[in-house]
Amino acid sequence: MKKHVISALVSNEVGVLSHVSGLFAARGYNIDSMNVGETEDPGISRMTIVLRGDDQIIEQVVKHLRKLINVMQVKDLSAAPFVERDLMLIKVATPPGRRGEVIDLVEIFRGKVVDISTRDMVIELSGPEAKIEAFISVCRPYGIKDVVRSGPIAAPRGANDE
Amino acid sequence: MKTGAQLLIDSLQAIGIEVLFGIPGGVVIPIFDVLYDADMKSVLMRHEQAAAHAADGYARASGKLGCCLATSGPGATNLVTGIATANFDSVPILAITGQVRRDLIGNDAFQEADITGITRGITKHNYLVRNAEDIPRTIREAAYVATTGRQGPVLVDIPVDVSTSEVEDVVPGEVRIPGYQPTVEGNLPQIERAAEAINAAERPVLYVGGGAIASNAAAEVKTFAEAAHLPVTTTLMGLGAFPEDHPQSLRMLGMHGTPVANYAVMNSDLLIALGARFDDRITGKITEFAEHAKIIHIDIDPASIGKSIAVDLPVVGDAKRVLTGLTPLVDYRERKEWFDQIAHWAESHKLSYQKNDKVKPQYVIEQLREVTDGDAIICTEVGQNQMWAAQWYGFKRPRQFISSGGLGTMGYGFPAAIGAQLACPDATVVDIAGDGSIQMNIQELATVGRDNIPVKIAIMNNGYLGMVRQWQEHFYNRRYSHSSLNGNPDFARLAEAYGVTGMTVDQPDQVRDALEKAMETDGPVVLDFHVDPEENVFPIVPPGERIDRMIDLA
Repeated sequence: MKKHVISALVSNEVGVLSHVSGLFAARGYNIDSMNVGETEDPGISRMTIVLRGDDQIIEQVVKHLRKLINVMQVKDLSAAPFVERDLMLIKVATPPGRRGEVIDLVEIFRGKVVDISTRDMVIELSGPEAKIEAFISVCRPYGIKDVVRSGPIAAPRGANDE
Repeated sequence: MKTGAQLLIDSLQAIGIEVLFGIPGGVVIPIFDVLYDADMKSVLMRHEQAAAHAADGYARASGKLGCCLATSGPGATNLVTGIATANFDSVPILAITGQVRRDLIGNDAFQEADITGITRGITKHNYLVRNAEDIPRTIREAAYVATTGRQGPVLVDIPVDVSTSEVEDVVPGEVRIPGYQPTVEGNLPQIERAAEAINAAERPVLYVGGGAIASNAAAEVKTFAEAAHLPVTTTLMGLGAFPEDHPQSLRMLGMHGTPVANYAVMNSDLLIALGARFDDRITGKITEFAEHAKIIHIDIDPASIGKSIAVDLPVVGDAKRVLTGLTPLVDYRERKEWFDQIAHWAESHKLSYQKNDKVKPQYVIEQLREVTDGDAIICTEVGQNQMWAAQWYGFKRPRQFISSGGLGTMGYGFPAAIGAQLACPDATVVDIAGDGSIQMNIQELATVGRDNIPVKIAIMNNGYLGMVRQWQEHFYNRRYSHSSLNGNPDFARLAEAYGVTGMTVDQPDQVRDALEKAMETDGPVVLDFHVDPEENVFPIVPPGERIDRMIDLA
């Protein structure tokens, strides 16, 4: 099933998150990730929801989201070109003598070391999902202690953003 | 300075609430204290579920917003079934609940329930009011949301210290909700395409649901159906949206619909759905439903379109407005062959029942129609009583048939009848009940007794949960597990105990007299008809089967 990225503007008020998540639970839609953050207007938040489903399901999701009183705008970004970024903090073990190898990888992926100890380091990396996944897999041989991901946020490409 | 409770009652009056159905309790005492000398009618119900159903019955009978009021915790949770019933059938009600003090919310306080959380999925929207000065704006906004677009219930939860706090009087501004702009006008090119399809159709059927009644479009439905010369079938929720005695009426379709309606839909080449949602009780086996027909779906709720069935031509908009645009574009076509075929089906497959020496429920309803000139407001419970009422009364006008269609709530009809009677004080209001359903809100006999609310309750008493028993007969090898209601009370004597007139009828020749006497009685009456215990509702489409494969008498 195709991955869809839904972007919604919602009013920044108590209960809006539970209205949205409750809708997904009640209708049996499974979401991969959901991300909420303030927009330039503090009264309005942006939600980015990633889910998989056939066209009919996604159409229903969009329609039902639009029905919610505190949801102002809903777009399926996957219908047109869009950019997508996921932010990850990953704690990777650095066995004695191999710290340099890990730092090389961080450079190749244009990540950033944000914390370091004698046994491990915390790396910050952002990018599209595939890049994040790739970095996780190259770190695996060293030992991954923790992965924290924001889930994707996304914006449509081009100047025609309404 | 005014208290939050005072602002609440002022706000309810400002939005035109005339009757309030409720029960007091701890955290709403301040609100009832204001009601003590406010110029607003309030009806003391005996269970909060009944208060919600009464508000719903009031709304369905009048087309106006209904209102109910309950305390926190158990009062609020008792409303839940009533709210869900209204939500499913898109009925505008405003449910006000008390909540514990703000500083106790989330603290497991006495009689606390997270009612906004609980009702999130069964309301159109809900609010927890955090400041008294927000009450006027919230009530106005709630009423706007409930009564516009696809209508539905809205709940407003008010903590007790918000009700008691004193603030400056506030006048709310215009309602402005950026995330809520229902589409009312249909898209003109879509309407034109619909008209073309209708004009080209050889075997069209107009399939009308509750949305036509909600939008007050009955007159437009008739004008449109006559202008384009279309046969018309209605859903249970759409009963009365088109007069059933009209020559173009096929009456109700679906699981217990008329054979002619089901045959016509299944053989149509164009199905025009108006304010209907292709419920499973209508479509039966959906993959084979009207499979040769092009489908036009007119609905105010875009999420209803394409939900259950692929639609060829969607029109989002209010039924009344869309029909007003559509009617001038359609041509009258005789479609003789199609109407002859329909007449043949209608003639060869009439609704019928076999008479014997027992009281037949269908007979009771036929007699009721005659005694009331087919003019009563009929409320029903859920089950066989509901389907017999739908099949045998014959509805002439919208808001005449009031029934829990979507949720199928037993215990709905009697309190809904109370609401309908308050909305229409001069109308004859009858609750057609079963012996099972009536016991799910029978405490309201106290309400009608005390306030002399003259609803008539006609119990089709067969000693069973009749529809369950019928399914067990057809589909479970006559294993009548837990469907017999041994231990029923003597309903007439029970009514008398509440100070309500009670009558028992167990002979067919007593039916007419008893009905006439009940209608002449100036006050509530319980009529306990001991009907043929194993009478069935026919036709019936087995669940999941094509709707043209029904089990009929024969």
